[in-house]
Amino acid sequence: MEKFGKVVIYLVLILGAIVMVIPFIYMVSTALKPILYVFEYPPQFIPKNPTFRNFIDAWNSNNFQRYFLNTVFVASFSTILTLAVTTMTAFAFARYNFPFKEVIFGIMLFTMMIPGMVLIIPQFVLAKSLGLLDKLSGLIFAYTSGSIAFNTFLLRGFFEEVPKELEEATRIDGGGGFTFYFRVVLPLSIPALATVTIFSFLGNWDEYTWALTTINNPLKRTLPIALRLFQGQHATQWNLVFAASVIAIIPVIAIFIVFQRYFIKGLTSGAIKG
Amino acid sequence: MQRYRWEAYLFLIPGLTLFCLWTIYPIVRGLQISFYHWDLIRLEKNIFVGIENYTKFFADPIAILAVRNTLLYTIVTVPGQMIFGLIVAVLLDTKIKGKVVFRTLYYLPVVTSWVVVSFIFMYLFNSDFGLVNYILKDLLHIISQNIAWLQNPSTAFWVIMLLGIWKGIGWNMVIFLAALQNIPQELYESATIDGANSWQLFRRITIPLIRPTILFVMVMLTIGGFNVFISVNIITGGGPLHQTEVVLSYMYQQAFNFLDFGYGSAISYMLAMVILIISYIQIKFLKIESLY
Repeated sequence: MEKFGKVVIYLVLILGAIVMVIPFIYMVSTALKPILYVFEYPPQFIPKNPTFRNFIDAWNSNNFQRYFLNTVFVASFSTILTLAVTTMTAFAFARYNFPFKEVIFGIMLFTMMIPGMVLIIPQFVLAKSLGLLDKLSGLIFAYTSGSIAFNTFLLRGFFEEVPKELEEATRIDGGGGFTFYFRVVLPLSIPALATVTIFSFLGNWDEYTWALTTINNPLKRTLPIALRLFQGQHATQWNLVFAASVIAIIPVIAIFIVFQRYFIKGLTSGAIKG
Repeated sequence: MQRYRWEAYLFLIPGLTLFCLWTIYPIVRGLQISFYHWDLIRLEKNIFVGIENYTKFFADPIAILAVRNTLLYTIVTVPGQMIFGLIVAVLLDTKIKGKVVFRTLYYLPVVTSWVVVSFIFMYLFNSDFGLVNYILKDLLHIISQNIAWLQNPSTAFWVIMLLGIWKGIGWNMVIFLAALQNIPQELYESATIDGANSWQLFRRITIPLIRPTILFVMVMLTIGGFNVFISVNIITGGGPLHQTEVVLSYMYQQAFNFLDFGYGSAISYMLAMVILIISYIQIKFLKIESLY
């Protein structure tokens, strides 16, 4: 009976895993097919004449390399700024008392319940008056500013766990608040910082709606909107579309697989505290 | 530390400035815009119209359809993701090998961008050479001819909902698995000694103990459900003839295709209100019940 139960568990899990993974395998397999075989019926899982041609073509087409670099630039800079700003904000909430502290924190938590897209119109109007439309710096500004509430909430808990004695010791040694923040709290919170880094980087890498709305200049596109337009232009060349898609998601999947531990930690710490 | 309050302000200034600028100010500004015929180019042309943008919504048949579709999406995908996610989590919480591999595979759709998974589903459900039609027609002989999944509004919307469930299972699994691993094993052992079967263990121990997690997941997924946009934008664009429109896709179209920012803002505001009210009810209602 015990044995039988285990077999059933494995079977169900494997079946589920197949459903999760088959679409990806199918995408990669299509990306490896010459155009002739894309419309083949019945569909072939293992491509007959696999070729890397599509990857080369996609990589060399319509400024794709530029879009890739734009995305690397925007995602990296937003992540660095997010780290700098939100660790400071969270540090203030974790280690100091100031008027209306919990009220302000409560407002931050409350705004996390409002889906980001609900504010897109006033944010667009604001970005227009600040001259932030159609610029990569505008994307960086939007991604950094939009990440403050969530990351402050996530980091505050970690920063509060640093023992008070360490703060007193820093002060006795003549260090100020900044020394304590930079030399003690940040190094002790590296796992939490890794979580924030990974989540912001991937979130920024994949961001679609804001970039779609504010970027007009073809040279300023990021990968998600470039893929969207690429698919629009090459609607029938699924092999090319998927080759481009695979290139765009490889960094994401690689980061996820390497840093899985931090992923799970970030997700569950947010969940259990919420 | 009271003495160092000025330091606190220095640490707060950058983050709070951006937060106020990018979140608080737009909340207020959005409300204002929703009471105007808003002209993006010539601000002096803005006309105050009171609640006209709001009343317009309730007389707009496409808006009502968008609300109906959004509700359907939420009602179908929230329980769909939770049930499958919980099943996988429970199975992974047993003594089996390869947990990390399974977890990684189930989580793959979660980390992949909405744009790419939307492409994949468009391709899988293609009417002429898609894998789904092939399996249903040629392998299983359930259908006699290919179905035009994405051209027909109701099947297209089911594809969008299926994508929502498929993409979300992994997230649910991770959250539920963390909650399950927090349950002390002794509880199960003593209940088993008292003669409880697996279903009773699940029903009487697991479910009550992970109730806060279930509540958390439900609130988050409901917010996510009302927020559905990218998959609709890419797979159907709200079409054919607005039949698969959801609230945000309609809002987006009004604002950024027709430049009716006032109407778009009113739609956004109503959506935010509905989400807040529903979240509040869910939290209230489930909190009370969990006391019993």
